[in-house]
Amino acid sequence: MSSKSIQGMLVQYGGLCLVLVIMVGVFSLLSENFLQRATFTSIANQIPDLTLVAVGMTFILVVGGIDLSVGSILALSSAVLGALMVDAGWPLWAAIPVCLLTGALCGLFNGSVSIGFRIPSFIVTLGMLEIARGATKVVTDSQTKYIGSKVEVMGDPLPYLQLSPAFLLALAAVLVGQFLLSRTVFGRYCIAIGTNEEAVRMSGIRTAPYSIAVFTLSGLLCGLAGIAQTSRLSSADPNAAIGLELSAIAACVIGGTSLMGGRGSVVSSFIGVLIISVLQTGLAQVGVSDANKQIITGSVIVVAVLADALRNRFGK
Amino acid sequence: MSACPASLLKTTGLTKKYGEALVLRDGSIEVQAGEVHALLGGNGAGKSTLVRIIAGLVHPTSGQMEVNGQAYQPKSKRDAESVGIEIVQQEFNLISTLSVAENLLLTRLPAMGGVIRQKGLHRQAREALDRLGLHEIPTDAIVETLGVGQQQMIEIAAALYRQCRLLILDEPTAALSHAESESLFSWLDKLRAEGVGIIYISHRLDEISRISDRISFLRDGMMIGTYQAAELTTDEMVELMTGDHPHHEPREQSCTVHDRTADYALRVDKLSGGMVDDVSLDVHQGERLGIAGLVGSGRTELLRLIFGADHASSGAIYLSDDPTPKRFSHPREAVAAGLAMVTEDRKKNGLLLPQSIRVNTTLAAMVKRFSQSGLIRFPAENEAAEQFCQSMEIRCTDIEQATGTLSGGNQQKVVIARWLATDASVFLFDEPTRGIDVPARKRIYQLMETLAAQGKGIVIVSSDLEELFETCDRIAVMSNGKLVKTLQGTDMTHDAIMQAAFSGYLQQEAQA
Repeated sequence: MSSKSIQGMLVQYGGLCLVLVIMVGVFSLLSENFLQRATFTSIANQIPDLTLVAVGMTFILVVGGIDLSVGSILALSSAVLGALMVDAGWPLWAAIPVCLLTGALCGLFNGSVSIGFRIPSFIVTLGMLEIARGATKVVTDSQTKYIGSKVEVMGDPLPYLQLSPAFLLALAAVLVGQFLLSRTVFGRYCIAIGTNEEAVRMSGIRTAPYSIAVFTLSGLLCGLAGIAQTSRLSSADPNAAIGLELSAIAACVIGGTSLMGGRGSVVSSFIGVLIISVLQTGLAQVGVSDANKQIITGSVIVVAVLADALRNRFGK
Repeated sequence: MSACPASLLKTTGLTKKYGEALVLRDGSIEVQAGEVHALLGGNGAGKSTLVRIIAGLVHPTSGQMEVNGQAYQPKSKRDAESVGIEIVQQEFNLISTLSVAENLLLTRLPAMGGVIRQKGLHRQAREALDRLGLHEIPTDAIVETLGVGQQQMIEIAAALYRQCRLLILDEPTAALSHAESESLFSWLDKLRAEGVGIIYISHRLDEISRISDRISFLRDGMMIGTYQAAELTTDEMVELMTGDHPHHEPREQSCTVHDRTADYALRVDKLSGGMVDDVSLDVHQGERLGIAGLVGSGRTELLRLIFGADHASSGAIYLSDDPTPKRFSHPREAVAAGLAMVTEDRKKNGLLLPQSIRVNTTLAAMVKRFSQSGLIRFPAENEAAEQFCQSMEIRCTDIEQATGTLSGGNQQKVVIARWLATDASVFLFDEPTRGIDVPARKRIYQLMETLAAQGKGIVIVSSDLEELFETCDRIAVMSNGKLVKTLQGTDMTHDAIMQAAFSGYLQQEAQA
């Protein structure tokens, strides 16, 4: 069983890990500063928010939906945290539940409207992208809320480990997410719904609660990502995480999650996050301009999807 | 057929094979200019295949066709149109978001430099509609806002507008009201006078004997013969469709008369919804009830109502000895109550094609058998999947093989295994062996027998009468949304079933 599962993991993640290793190798050759502990700890401390959002996005894509509002929900959750701590003087422990609730409610709204009224999630979450961003500006009065050291505990690297609690939290979310997707009835139903919803219905399973739960989960993870980001920046920025939805979708797709639903892996999405951030950091160290960074990152996404499409076509 | 004008279309020995299945064995028909030539046959007789070959939509496996004495080998619908052959099929080919005019002239929109000339468009469309007497349909109406009958008429108008010499109509009146049908018939008369040949397919025997000049009969993919319509009664038509089948030996009944008083497995009381109209039936434990009827008579719809997949407007369902009337609003409730349904289209709403045999097998019984507090019990799941693969002889590399890569018969076995895993007490099978090879079919019949022996109630919808004879204790016949007759024992004959299957459409004609 164990040798079989190791073999299975090699097949599933081997290709992605290889891509990651090659990228690290190439950047190490191009820049002598790259292959240092500091590079990796800085990457690790930058990615918790994207990782958390990508975990939720994986579930959304698996059930055959899409969530464009993750960046805005993150910003709104962060704004609520900032407003409570700065304006109302709440302590962090009291503000966190409200912040998470904000994210979860936004997700619940996305799911309920999209599933309940059979509206494509693309449209509903596009609306939420604007609504949550606007609400963020209302809550913060369009000002960055500086919180300072009270919130930094989550983002500061721990001694010895050099990794932040936020990163460890994100890592835990990846593992729990993968467990949820591959080992539980909930995950199995999500995959089944994304594959053929009508077949699932005709098998005597109510699909709506599961789809709505997935959107709520994504919202909740955005709230968690909001905390991670706020602690990293020491403040709640109303313009935070603009365009994050695209990075999250890109990470999932690089990891091999299908936009058509029914196929995906949380761990693969996490490797997708790593690939994107290693690429960004490496290109910056090599001295590539922002404009060229964008072109290269975009190309990597297209190549990843292309490789996936070819694998599907000729793999069978 | 003596001293007749030269034939417009002549086909000889057309055959069509799909894989191993020979759906058309001898499609020979000869249509003259200026006649309405009806094509009759039971389910799966090959009518649609034959006309689709003529219209260039399907390529024949062998055989010849001639149009006006010239060899004719259409590669596409376009080739057929270029010699003046048009087909109006049962499914609409209209684009629902475009206007009537745009649909009518879709392939030849009047345009200048890519810009549509609205005036010309609507004038030409108006002409096409007026020719059919459809003065009340505005040319700028969006197609999806129109009724089904009007859409059907537009479809016909579009075919007519392309100046056809041979028009094929496949069940044109199924969606039409009485008045619309009448206007279609008077228009067919006009076309006939203009020398257009018409091939006409319909279930409604009354209208066939009324409008057609000649009738050709297909049976099991073979052309039986062509007759003058005036010389046949509707009873004789049914006889020609069924032919003199060898009288099948009534199968040894698995339920004796004594058993028939045994407990009910399922009772359906006056169930209505959609096209299903006031259907009552009962199935005893250990009994296999067949449901026969023409395609579109409401058989699938009935099963879906029972299973809660569609909404029933009235009526009730009783299960085993439970006296509480039920009506399921979601398949989930039906499954919880012990029902199972093997759907007609296993690819569309049965299987998760990219997923493994294991995942497909355990889907319906996931919560009940293969999980504990939300966690999947993988050993139990693997074991069950392995066991079903073995006991049902599912041919596969292993239980992780994607079901999409299995053959049709093995796919169907996986769907059935999914329900066996739930330990249901009533099984609804909709076309359980469509597109399945003979060995797999036999295996599925065996399974049904085993289930019956275990005391399950079984309902089998099938278009294949031989299948029903082989598997069922009783056969109920549906026609036009109603359950018109239930036959058992020696009364279960081809003739009796076909008579009943067409009866609902005759009555409607008489009432209209």
